[in-house]
Amino acid sequence: MGLELYLDLLSASCRAVYIFVKKNSIPFDFQFVDLLKGHHHSKEYIEINPLKKLPSLKDGRFILSESVAILFYLCRKYSTPSHWYPPDLHTRARVDEFMAWQHTAIQLPMSRILWIKMLIPRITGEEVPAEKTEQMLTEVRTNMQLFEEKFLQDKMFITGDHISLADLVALVEMMQPMGGNYNVFLNSSRLAEWRMRVELAIGSGLFWEAHDRLMKLAEWDCSTLDPMVKEKICELLQKFR
Amino acid sequence: MPPELFLDLYSPPCRAIYIFALKNGIPFQLRPVELGRGEHLKPEFLKVNPLGKVPALRDGDFLLAESVAILLYLSRKYQTAEHWYPPELQARARVDEYLAWQHTAVQLPATNVYLCKSLLPHFSGQPVDQERLDRLMGKLRPALQHLDQEVLAAKPFLATEQVSLADLMAFTELMQPTAVGCDLFRDWPRLAAWRARVEAALGPELVQEAHSLVLQPRDPRDAQRDPKLAQELVHRVLERLG
Repeated sequence: MGLELYLDLLSASCRAVYIFVKKNSIPFDFQFVDLLKGHHHSKEYIEINPLKKLPSLKDGRFILSESVAILFYLCRKYSTPSHWYPPDLHTRARVDEFMAWQHTAIQLPMSRILWIKMLIPRITGEEVPAEKTEQMLTEVRTNMQLFEEKFLQDKMFITGDHISLADLVALVEMMQPMGGNYNVFLNSSRLAEWRMRVELAIGSGLFWEAHDRLMKLAEWDCSTLDPMVKEKICELLQKFR
Repeated sequence: MPPELFLDLYSPPCRAIYIFALKNGIPFQLRPVELGRGEHLKPEFLKVNPLGKVPALRDGDFLLAESVAILLYLSRKYQTAEHWYPPELQARARVDEYLAWQHTAVQLPATNVYLCKSLLPHFSGQPVDQERLDRLMGKLRPALQHLDQEVLAAKPFLATEQVSLADLMAFTELMQPTAVGCDLFRDWPRLAAWRARVEAALGPELVQEAHSLVLQPRDPRDAQRDPKLAQELVHRVLERLG
């Protein structure tokens, strides 16, 4: 059995791993775990990852979760080109710094926008209170500004002249609100240019292939939503009250 | 010139770095940043870390934020013993896995418990909101359960057979609510045994020294010293706790 990746490309973390393995021609089996159908809660998947989260990697008997850990593992095992995770002490630290910061500063808020703007209203039929929405959007704007001023600055990519894991992870996460037609790149031409640069470095074909399911989310018939998943979402809405 | 470490030992990631540096004989200049005085919000500190958080490192012209990045940087630059960040592919992946997971699964909820139990009452003058505290403890529970029932069922430390950066980060993080009276280890025997093991591996004296600040009751005069700052801190905490 070769390398197996348990993915749903609706998830930004999954897209980062998917794009990385395809870009580096790493052979793998795509094991689709449908988040919208609640398959991450299935008995089969819980055996892979008791935390019920995506992505997961299975390499023989070795099972690994957390996209950042998976990306580092793949870099090392398949000796991918060094620009992805540069060996220079300072440059590597820059990647580590972004990879650490992004969990709470980028991934979480970007994911929340999709929930607030699209998923919750679509599924429950109710809007999230405007105050909460505004608070969320302000946090995103602040963090995008920090990203631009501290991590990107006037460079082509986060580490300098070449794309790294940091750009890949940053971009797939910043794409998440697009699933709800919310574009975080509108306010900054510098960020919009970086976005295009990263897309081109990955390859537009691969990039948009990876984002297809997200972009089609608006067409999704939510009456097919697994009732358990719907219940969890209604619970989520309570949090915003 | 040794690197400068901008730390507040009230902060668990700062304690992890402090312990790591001392344990490994890494020379450093300590630059205290008092969160309780809002020093992390001031322009002078923002020049060191525009993200406005501790810990931060300055090594010559090189500035670095984020505790995980700083620990990895120090381990590489000073070539610390292998068990901290093992070179073997799968062992290293296990450490990476914990260090990634812990941001939202452990650090976020554990910090919220601490803020609710200690910081908020201290700066607002209000008693602890027990209902909120119970809710926040509930959010931390799944992580504790996972560590106790799944992770530590298979091995003595979180990633491998020896203490690593994963244990160091987890230890200082879980000590935070514990130090102010929310004993996280009480319901989880494997986790309690692990804690003793980690403390022994790090050195009880060093652990005690690093935690002396957070273990002390706070000075009740703090909030009166700068009421405007106290109000600002309370506002930020309430916004964070939702």
